[in-house]
Amino acid sequence: MRLTQLARRGLARTISAAAGARVVDQASALPQLEQAIFYANHSSHLDFLTIWAALPEHLQQRVRPIAAKDYWGSGLRRSVAERIFNAYLVERHGSSAARTRGSDAGVSPKGQITGMTQVLDAGDSLIIFPEGTRGDGETIAEFHSGLYRLACHNRQIPVIPVALANLGRILPKGEIVPVPHLSTVVFAPAMHVGAEEDKDSFLTRAREQLISMLAQQDQQQGEQ
Amino acid sequence: MSIGLLDSTSLALLAGVGAVLVIATLIAWLLGRRIGPTGVIINLKQRIAAWWLMAGLIGAVLAVGETATVLLFLLISLLALREFVTISPTRRGDHKVLVWMVFIIPAVHYWFVWEHWYGMFSVFIPVYAFLFLPARNALAGQTDGFLQRTATIQWALMVSVYAISYAPALLQLPVAMEFGREAAEGSPPGAGGAAGAQLLLFLLLVVQGSDVLQYIWGKTIGRHPIAPRVSPNKTWEGFIGGVLSATALGAALWWITPFTPLQAAALALVSCVMGFAGGLVMSAIKRDRGIKDFGSLISGHGGIMDRLDSLAFAAPVFFHLVRFFFS
Repeated sequence: MRLTQLARRGLARTISAAAGARVVDQASALPQLEQAIFYANHSSHLDFLTIWAALPEHLQQRVRPIAAKDYWGSGLRRSVAERIFNAYLVERHGSSAARTRGSDAGVSPKGQITGMTQVLDAGDSLIIFPEGTRGDGETIAEFHSGLYRLACHNRQIPVIPVALANLGRILPKGEIVPVPHLSTVVFAPAMHVGAEEDKDSFLTRAREQLISMLAQQDQQQGEQ
Repeated sequence: MSIGLLDSTSLALLAGVGAVLVIATLIAWLLGRRIGPTGVIINLKQRIAAWWLMAGLIGAVLAVGETATVLLFLLISLLALREFVTISPTRRGDHKVLVWMVFIIPAVHYWFVWEHWYGMFSVFIPVYAFLFLPARNALAGQTDGFLQRTATIQWALMVSVYAISYAPALLQLPVAMEFGREAAEGSPPGAGGAAGAQLLLFLLLVVQGSDVLQYIWGKTIGRHPIAPRVSPNKTWEGFIGGVLSATALGAALWWITPFTPLQAAALALVSCVMGFAGGLVMSAIKRDRGIKDFGSLISGHGGIMDRLDSLAFAAPVFFHLVRFFFS
């Protein structure tokens, strides 16, 4: 067991070094955190690896990144995603498999949310990309509703916004060879769904939080 | 006694550097005890720790040989390139060109340096890479800001790879100085011997010493900024005091070089002025991009490019001056 733990830490260090990742924990809350729903902007396949690598050990052991089955679901990728990173694979809305089954694109299948709530009930954390698909790294798409439903499932579990800067430049959508850049991973203070808050206002709030973190990131670089 | 490229003269010099660092470490420790752990003291201690590491690394690779030294500078170039690309306004359409720029061109260029093929490493980037990369980028089809993107990519290669590689290229210069330029072309790695390592140590000490001395002069008596909008910390007092004292340092180091004291002083003077220009240009780039440092790899100093901006400007000129006048 010790050996796998060491190997895991080594892998995390390697990923962080390769991504040139600087980790900022705004609330200094990660060390005390036991369970959380981490959500982030999505522009690269490296996103969940980098967040995974940036987490402290106790969270890393019990975190399940949500990854798309159409990319990570077969062959070597699948065993890497499932065995090493303990990823939870989901059918993406609008992916070809989902479309042929006739489900509405853009609507998250209920069964998948149930599966994710089971992960939370088991005490594990989640890493989720509410945009649903990788963007161009400059704008953040509208959020799918899954994040809201997960946040409502157990309102005690903190929802932590994670802003990822520059990862989309290391490995943009459609490219195979990564180009080294320095990246930044910012963990913001926890959010919770308000007692009266409806889906749209929570999702807007969550999305705007990421947008302002990324804008702040650009600005802070200037003042450092 | 000699280890690898380090003969007894170089070892004595490195011992001297070690002694200076021991004194600096003691002073920082005493200051820290008197003043307490303020920001300035912590930064000073970090800087000195980084100097130990950098001096140790250079000493270690020179002790192993030219191949190790060239590999170290290749790694430095790649880390510098990563910092440069991060702050560059590149677009997604540039990705394929960036792959060439990071994974292929630096390795090929340093291969030519390692082979002592002066005719090739002096033109590979400015001719072949600079003409190939824009062509490859035009094929990718994104024309928005094309000229600016091309210039950015070329400048990144120029500074991070081409200019910095002249430092390890100094190792081969003694062959040309002793046996002529034709004999130097394609001579085996390590052929420059201890004299090559001494040239490199001379340049590193003078240029890095000039940075430190300009900083000290500027902090103590600096009043009149040279280019306040680019860098408020660069003052006339710091520049003149730093360059003159580093020139004196260069003259005092004439015994590790093939030069007379006067020649050593002249080369040191040019290197310091070039180093200052490098710092100024990099400050302007950082100001333009709205950042303070290129990165955070060397604690207390910032990124690789923050430490090597002066070397990048001094090394090519030093190399060509020595090659022109002494071979």
